[in-house]
Amino acid sequence: MIGDELIQLLTPEGERIPHPEYGSDLGRDEILGFYRDMVIVRRLCNESTSLQRQGQLALWAPLQGQEAAQIGAGRALAPMDFTFPSYREHGVAWTRGVPPKDMLRIFRATTTGGWDPQRYRHSLPMVVLGDQTLHAVGYAMGIQRDGAQEAVMTFFGDGASSQGDVLESFVWAASFNAPVVFVLQNNQWAISEPTSLQTKIPLYHRAHGFGFPGVRVDGNDVLAMYEVAKRALDNARSGGGPTLIEAYTYRMGAHTTSDDPTRYRVDAEVEVWRHRDPIERVKALLAREFGIHKVTFDEVAAEAEALALQLREDVLAMDAPDPTTMFDHVYAEPHPLVEAGRREMIDSQSGGGH
Amino acid sequence: MSEATFLLPDVGEGLVEAEIVAWKVAVGDVVTLNQPLVDIETAKATVELPSPYAGTVTALHGAVGDVMAVGAPLVVIETDVDAPPAATSSAPAPAADAPTSVGAGRTPVLVGYGVAEDDGAVTRRRRRPSEAPVAPVPVASDPSRSPRSTPPVRLYAKQHGVDLATVRGTGRDGVITRDDVERALAGPASAPTNRPAAASEPSTTRFVGREIESWSTGPLEERIPVRGVLRSMADAMVQSAFGAPHAAVWVRVDATGTVELLEGLRDRPALAGVRLSPLTIVALAVCDAARHFPGLNSSFDASAQEVVVRRRVNLGIAANTARGLIVPNIKGADTLDLRGMAVALNGLVDTARAGTTTPEAMLHTTLAITNVGPFAVDGAMPILPPGTGAIIAVGQVARRPWVVGDDVVARHTVDLSMSFDHRQIDGALASAAIAHVGRFLTDPAASIIGG
Repeated sequence: MIGDELIQLLTPEGERIPHPEYGSDLGRDEILGFYRDMVIVRRLCNESTSLQRQGQLALWAPLQGQEAAQIGAGRALAPMDFTFPSYREHGVAWTRGVPPKDMLRIFRATTTGGWDPQRYRHSLPMVVLGDQTLHAVGYAMGIQRDGAQEAVMTFFGDGASSQGDVLESFVWAASFNAPVVFVLQNNQWAISEPTSLQTKIPLYHRAHGFGFPGVRVDGNDVLAMYEVAKRALDNARSGGGPTLIEAYTYRMGAHTTSDDPTRYRVDAEVEVWRHRDPIERVKALLAREFGIHKVTFDEVAAEAEALALQLREDVLAMDAPDPTTMFDHVYAEPHPLVEAGRREMIDSQSGGGH
Repeated sequence: MSEATFLLPDVGEGLVEAEIVAWKVAVGDVVTLNQPLVDIETAKATVELPSPYAGTVTALHGAVGDVMAVGAPLVVIETDVDAPPAATSSAPAPAADAPTSVGAGRTPVLVGYGVAEDDGAVTRRRRRPSEAPVAPVPVASDPSRSPRSTPPVRLYAKQHGVDLATVRGTGRDGVITRDDVERALAGPASAPTNRPAAASEPSTTRFVGREIESWSTGPLEERIPVRGVLRSMADAMVQSAFGAPHAAVWVRVDATGTVELLEGLRDRPALAGVRLSPLTIVALAVCDAARHFPGLNSSFDASAQEVVVRRRVNLGIAANTARGLIVPNIKGADTLDLRGMAVALNGLVDTARAGTTTPEAMLHTTLAITNVGPFAVDGAMPILPPGTGAIIAVGQVARRPWVVGDDVVARHTVDLSMSFDHRQIDGALASAAIAHVGRFLTDPAASIIGG
């Protein structure tokens, strides 16, 4: 299933393996930092799933299994780089400094946004499949024209890779040599559709057809994700153009809280991927290579637990906004049709019904 | 200390109801935050609901199989400390104030956010501020003020003008059941005062996995949405009936040997606690037939234009459950001995009855049995579960006249019929296979030893 071309620096057992092109010289603190990131985002994700099951969120898109793909890529970014996520990139948002409670606002349906994209250099979650890749390429072309030393990274999934938008963005990125890194998290399932039905070739091969490099990385190996993403970003910043990174990973949970993966895939497959857990292998490496003790792991778990409880408290305290505020940011400036819609809503409310 | 009520949330973007599949807690249990409380099945998924509170469970609303409306009280928990500020309905009803804000005060809007209030989907988008689904708040704090029942029964009572406050509940924890309402309808004279809920009596109004109205009380025409187990059954039957050309063979055999073998085995210590029935022997016989005639355990892959022969039997057993017909299977049934088969069948049946059969248990059936004998009929012509090449129906084992030598004697006989996919299985193979099953039942001991 995974060919020789897979870039991996850390095996599922937590042992380093050499790679002819990539190596990692990260130290104890950086790797422990990755571990902490992954444990925290998984814990926050689980709390969010519980909140949805308790009627406190309208929907949740769990990231469990994809922590390394997101943390490795996210931590490779420079502060001024700009990111364009889809709706599952809570781990990337964490690396950009977006407060967890702000990530959940849109899922609680109390806002149509959640944070200031400029402040965190992280765009709002795109729900329309693959659209964000076009935004990313457009932004990257803007960077080129400004002459800025920045790069853009955009995230999408194997399902979105079948969308026209994504393929168009490949064309534009290639034609203009745009400083953009496409991170394709191949989590094997487009809701209930397996990747094998969507593509006859490995997805990263597609980049070659558009004229830029594509690589496949073990998306559950945070060290490999970090190193490959860092090189691709450096390449983009220095005028080398786009790269497609296929992070080969697995969605351990549901597509969203609205579907039931046990209805379309078998336990045996999930079990195989459970042994490739992205967090366990880093933990094994930290214990063996850096002598990190249980007490440190427990501290990280306690920190994650505290953040989860804080997140719960923050979410429960979020009141529903005045519904008419949904009209506030449709356009930057006043617009007569939007105003008419706002008035109609106010009238329907004060009129006591319909 | 305070009581908090967990209202059934909309777990899937616009659902209006969910069925209780299994309770994970009981009244009196101490639960922690996020501890699983209950499994529910919606039109989209079976999901586990974690507790929003830490504390002691004081009430469970609804029994397994009940369909609950989104926003209805599900679990009441006495919390150790004051309920969290936004506890689902423990805050004193804030519904009437702050008219400009949906879900005013600290009442979350999201529990049941997709539910229309009164007249259809249009109102979903226009929920009036004062009607945020805070649900019947008094229920939470004072159960005595609002009679406890389930949404379908409330609806039934409302439709028939029965005031639930006047009805005595005989269900679990005093919950008012449909029977209670029916007794109230029938009038006080005929209402037994202390009769336990008649849950074990077979219902004559059970249909498509639910209770329907009786002939006298129901509307002239009723429409029932096709979903859940019913939809799965309908889809599978249509796919199979119109995708696979069915043909059938049948045979009547003397199964006295099987009956005697089972009686002889009943008190063996090695089989203590294991339920044995003719189905156990039929299951062994069908697996043995597959071993002798591998073509029986095949399927027709039309898209690949290939016939798939499998040398492992995943033996599907049609099970009639409260939720409807399902066909879970025993994986690798051909590898089981008599005891193993009996244990596997017991487990399959118990799981199906408890309503906890997993979707995986219903995947990849290769060969199937439907046991219609318990319904006191002699035979059936079954439809193949999709992906199987043959399904054997087993009728009732009964004493019937049988010719032995030149005499007519009473023997235990059984009718076996088999539907098969005539694209790859022909009549000769089908006949040989069913005859093999028949011989096995006639002399099971020899077959088990020989097989």
